[in-house]
Parts: sequence; C-alpha cells; structure tokens
Amino acid sequence: MKPLEGILVLEFCQYLAGPSATLRLADLGARVIKIERPKTGDGSRHLILEGCVSDGDGVNFHNINRNKESVAFNTKDPHDLALVKRLVAQADVLVEGFRPGVMDRMGLGYDDVRTMNPRIVYASISGYGALSPWAHKPGQDLLVQSLSGLAWLNGNDEQPPMPFALSVADSYTGVHAAEGILACLVRRELTGRGGRVEVSLLASVIDLQFEVVTTYLNDGHKRPHRSTFNNAHAYLAAPYGIYQTADGYIALAMGSVAHLGELLGSAKVASYTNENEWFTRRDEIKHAIQDVLKNETTVHWTGILEKADYWCSDVYTWEQLMASDAFKALDFLQDVSRDSKQPLLTTRCPITFAGEPREDSRPAPRLGESTQKIIDEFHLEEREEVAAQ
Amino acid sequence: MTDNEMAVSTRDEIHTDAATTSDTAINPLEGVTVLDLGQFLSAPSATLRLADLGARVIKVERPGTGDICRKLYISNCVIDTDSSLFHAINRNKESVAIDLKQSTSKPIIERLMRKANIMVVNYRPGVAKRLGVDYESARSINPRIVYGEITGYGTRGPWVQRPGQDLLAQALSGICWLNGNADQPPTPMGLSVGDLFAGQHLVQGILAGLFRARREGVGAYVQVNLLESLLDAQFEVFTTYLNDGRREPVRSSINNANPFIDAPYGIYSTKDGYLALAMVPIPTLGKLIGCEKLLSYTDPSDGHLKRDEIKQIVAQHLLTEPTAHWLSILESADVWCSDVYTWDKLMSTQAFKSLDMVQTVRRRNGVTLQTTCCPIVIDGTRPTSSVAAPTVGQDDIAILGR
Repeated sequence: MKPLEGILVLEFCQYLAGPSATLRLADLGARVIKIERPKTGDGSRHLILEGCVSDGDGVNFHNINRNKESVAFNTKDPHDLALVKRLVAQADVLVEGFRPGVMDRMGLGYDDVRTMNPRIVYASISGYGALSPWAHKPGQDLLVQSLSGLAWLNGNDEQPPMPFALSVADSYTGVHAAEGILACLVRRELTGRGGRVEVSLLASVIDLQFEVVTTYLNDGHKRPHRSTFNNAHAYLAAPYGIYQTADGYIALAMGSVAHLGELLGSAKVASYTNENEWFTRRDEIKHAIQDVLKNETTVHWTGILEKADYWCSDVYTWEQLMASDAFKALDFLQDVSRDSKQPLLTTRCPITFAGEPREDSRPAPRLGESTQKIIDEFHLEEREEVAAQ
Repeated sequence: MTDNEMAVSTRDEIHTDAATTSDTAINPLEGVTVLDLGQFLSAPSATLRLADLGARVIKVERPGTGDICRKLYISNCVIDTDSSLFHAINRNKESVAIDLKQSTSKPIIERLMRKANIMVVNYRPGVAKRLGVDYESARSINPRIVYGEITGYGTRGPWVQRPGQDLLAQALSGICWLNGNADQPPTPMGLSVGDLFAGQHLVQGILAGLFRARREGVGAYVQVNLLESLLDAQFEVFTTYLNDGRREPVRSSINNANPFIDAPYGIYSTKDGYLALAMVPIPTLGKLIGCEKLLSYTDPSDGHLKRDEIKQIVAQHLLTEPTAHWLSILESADVWCSDVYTWDKLMSTQAFKSLDMVQTVRRRNGVTLQTTCCPIVIDGTRPTSSVAAPTVGQDDIAILGR
C-alpha cells in the first residue's frame, strides 16, 4: 500500500510550482484532482517548449500532471462554484496558487474552507508571501531568482549576475509545499485537525541559499565573489570546478591543491602548499590547473586521480549519461503517453520505498475528462446529502 | 541505563498527551524523534527540515571530531570553533558522541534506534551494514521505524561506490550543460543543488512514510540519490529532450538563463545595473523600450529560432538607460521584469522583512549567530527556534547518561 493511499488532494494551480507539489503527493499514493477552468485549463497545457506537443497538450503538462484527474469548473458561475465547494468539503488537502485574495473572493479562502472542513490541510503558494508589499508582483521564477541574490552565485565574476538555468524557484517551492502538507497530515493523525501551509518562491529561494546566506549574515555581510574562471561555487577554494581536457571536460571537487599537483605531475600546481591560498589565489591556481589538464584526455586524468581517491569525474551530456550502465540500473524512465502509438518518456519519482513495488504513472488527464465522474462519485449535485455530512 | 531510556522517551509521551488533550496549535512533528547519522549537507539538511517542523533531532557523531562539516570553513567564518555551514545546517538539533565502530556502542545505538521514529543516514553503500545501523538492523529492533537513506547514485549499478559528492553528481547529471553561456565549459549551478534537492526529497519520502506508520503501524525504507534528484530538478527540460528527438540543449551565447526558453528571457546589464526580463513578445518589447530593430521580429517562432540575435539587440539597447527607467516603462505595461538584487539590497527591503526569514540562535555558552528560518509557514506562523547547532556530544549526559 502506497503511503498516501486514501488521501484526496484538490489542486487549484497551474504551471510548475503548485502542480509539482501535488505531483509528488500523487507519486506517494494520493488521489489528485485538478480543478481547471473550462476551455483553456492549466496554462502549461499551452506552454510548448521546442515544439514538443502530445495529444494537444505541451509535453511538460504531461510530465507535471501525470497521475492526476481533471475536472473543468467555472468558479465564476454560482452553480459550478457550489459543486466545487461540495468537493472541497470532502477533501483532505487543498493546494492553491492564486495571487493573495483570489480564493477569499470565491468563498474558498482558508477560513471559509476550514469551517466547511476542519480536517483539511490547506496550502497556498505565492511569489512573495501574502503580506508582502510585493504581493502584487508576478511570482515568476526568473524574477524571484533575480531579487533573491541567487544570480550573484552563478556564472563567472565578469559576467552579469547569471540565473540558475532552470526553474529552481518554482521547483524548490513545490517541494516545500509538499513537505508542509505532509507534516500537517502526520499531525492530523494525532489531533484530528487540519492545518494551514504557506510557502512563497522568495522564502524558498532564500532557503536554497541558506548555507551561504548564513555565512554572509555572520561574516560582516561580505559579498560573495564568483570565480573569474570556471566558477562552480563562489565560496569554495580551488580546485573546485569543471576544466577542459584534450578531448572533453573533467570535474574536480574539494581536495588538496598540492596533492593534485603531484598527481598531475605539475611542479607549479604542487607549489601551492599554503592551504589559505587555495581560496585567496583561487583563480590563479585554477588557471594553472587548466594549463596542465588541457594536455591530456579526460580518461587519462580520471585514471590517475581515481586511483588516488581524488574526487573527480567526467562531465556528461544527457546522451552520455543515458548510455551508461549506471543510468540504466536506476530504471528511472517511464512512458506516460495517453495512447501507445507515440511514447512519451519522462522521469519517475526520485523517492523509492525499498522492497515495495514501483508502478508506472497513469497519463496526464485531458481537460475536464473526469468532470461528470467526479460529480457522480462525490454526489456533488445532491445538496441534502452533502449538507447532512 | 534505564534512566537514559526515559530521557529519550519522556518527551514523546508528554507531547502525545498534549496533542490529544489540547486544542492549541502544536508543531506538526511534535513528539517525533529523529536520529541523524548523516554528515555534510544532504542528510543533515533533511533532518534540519524535520526539526523546523517540530521533530526532536539527535545527531549521532563520532567522538572528538564529529560531523566533518564542522571544519568546512568558508569565508573565514568560524563561529565558536565550527563553520558557518555546520551552524546553518544543524541548528535546533542535539548531539551525542558515539563511536559506532566500538562493539560497546552497540547497545547504546540500539536503544536509540528503539526509541526513534525516524533515522537518517548518508553513508556509501555497505557502510551502514558494517556499523550495524542499516535498515535491516533498525527494523529488527523497531519495525515501525522510518529509515531514510541518501546515496550518490543509487544502490545498484557500476557507480554505487563512487563518491556521492555534489559537484561530481552535477557533472554526471547533464545539468552543467544547461548553465552558463554557450562559449563556456559546462558550468555547474553555483550551489550544492544535488545535495539540497536530495535532502528535500528525502524529507518528502520520510513524512509520507511516517504518515503511513501512524495509520498502519508499518515502517519504511526510503531511498533517494543525488543523481535522480538532479534529474528530477531538470525533469521539465529533460522530458522535453526525451521527446523532441533528443536534441542536446543549446545554451544562449549571451546572458543564458534557460536554454529552452525563448528570447528575451535573461538578465541584462543596463546603464547603471541590471534588469531581468521574463517572457514577452519581441515586437511588444521593442515598442515599449523604443528599439526599432526588434519590431521586425513578428513571427512568434523568432524568439526561439533567432534567440541569440534578438538577445544581442536587447542587450545593446538596455545599456542606454538606467534600470529604473526601464522598470517604470515595462512594469506599467505589465511586462514580467525586475531589478536584480544583491543580498544587501534584498535585506534592506520591506518585502524581505515581511517574510521574517532571519532568526538569532544561541548556544548554551551564550554564543549567538544569525541564520535563516524554515521556508514553510504553518498555521500562520513561521516556525522558529533559538536553539543553535550543538557541540559534539553536548547531550551525552541527558540522553545517554554519561
């Protein structure tokens, strides 16, 4: 039995942050129903990267919303709104990603919902927090990264601040939303009461930086300095980084520069014996290391370094990774296409329960495909019965 | 020794009572005890979140040196002999010093495992078994235990013995080919995102397992690894790759921000600073910022096919005026854009203050430091605790009676 079997989750969200949170709950066994607006639905159905579409929806809609059901309700219509409220009254979890105030205006704010359903765990995802003076700003990933200081940690020192080249704010916030929801479900088993979870992109991106922000808060507010050359982590000393070799690249993690010099057969690199200088003269040392590494192949260097247990690795593209036996051993891909004509490959849940079966996901739903089924199953048209609950 | 057992168990019982008899809000994980056998970032960042949410976290450390992260100093920042990293990752935890290699430690760790609800490790495969702290050993003592494990590359396959280090896992995951500009070598994300995502995924699995343990009375063996967590962090773009004919991502040659998103997505220099621009149709942008060259890019596919050419034009044009000028024009037209802040600037804003994300924590000897808080607000309150990271074995007497 999956951990969250029997838990009913309603998702009032679109794009990535909220839907990635409910995806994880679905992975863990919950039943997730997307409440979508008729005709258009979740905006990510229409967000198409690289022309990648399957059965009318963008591929990323499929992977973010696999294992979910969809109902289409127009919450501006009083009849539909009444149906939604009756569904909310029967749910264990509600996740919403509207700008602050929108759910309240529909009569679906936390206080309304808690009155209908005291056991519900109600989660809100916003850009900057409900009380923020920035609450009206768009809670978009790149903009939050830009405001959070994160972009000053990435790329090289002479470059403009460089965002992390993924929607890390959305993803990390979704992860935190799922954690808060799960913790409140754990508590509900003891207390019988639900709870309120609030996460924001800004707080989550600050948490992503918590180690280095804590350092900054206690080192006299020194600004981070990215390496001018092959930056990998603004706060870590040489040799930390990725270097070019004669035929590709090599990653070097933390280690002694002097020892590295001996292993590479470079008197120059080996001459940096003062440990403090590995940070203060980081860029100069990294150039010296690069000058040696470019002369031989990646395999040559990894052969020497691995034998000495020096932390290093080749640098792979996705293609190289997928060709490796290590990737195959993970069994990490699954097909979530709606029909078997054209496969739609995506990743699995990164969490494994050892000794328990790992099932394939059901495909992502077509817009509103379960509307009638859910109305019948949860008796949403039968007023009296719901009122009696 | 019986007294010691009491020390671990009393708190559970008190809080269980409180939870069932009182209506007042309690932290979600009140009464839950966690044994943290992890080191560095990945596993300890998972137990940090459990502590934030109300669990009691006991670090089991080797006597003397403890968690190696204590000595991983950055920015010359040493706080009461420990690194700022260690302090950030281990606030609100207790510590006992136990040498798991000594046979005399066996009954001690077994007693702790019997009392714990959750246990977390991040050893290389095989080490936990040698030390007698693997899942099978834990389950035989405590069948309801939720056991969480983080490895570098899973438990099968040719890489299991490789060092599960963040940069090395990033290098193998393909993520470095998304980041930085096209003319740069593959560029890692400038933080330990493999450790961080894996730690958070472990929290999710553990909490789901704990929920089921309360309902069904069964334990769980939750596993995550850095490689899968890094692929999950890339799951949108990796899925696109899997289904678009496996075209490798091409980073932008200028101001790269996400190789899969059209121009102008990115951060640009202005006359006096920087400007972040998210999605906006190119002719609309051209009209607003008065850049004629952009008006001809009317085909919606231009933003993708001519991404770098367009970004080059945008970059040249934005240099002509200060950030505030561009923001006033673009924000009033509801274009998704923003200034680009340093931590100094961010922390001087009311928006940052309203988040209430900084707290002061204190060691028993009075040493204080500032650190961040839990990113999750529960029942309208951001969880805080003034308890700083422990010294090695500071709770030996209270917990082990020695």
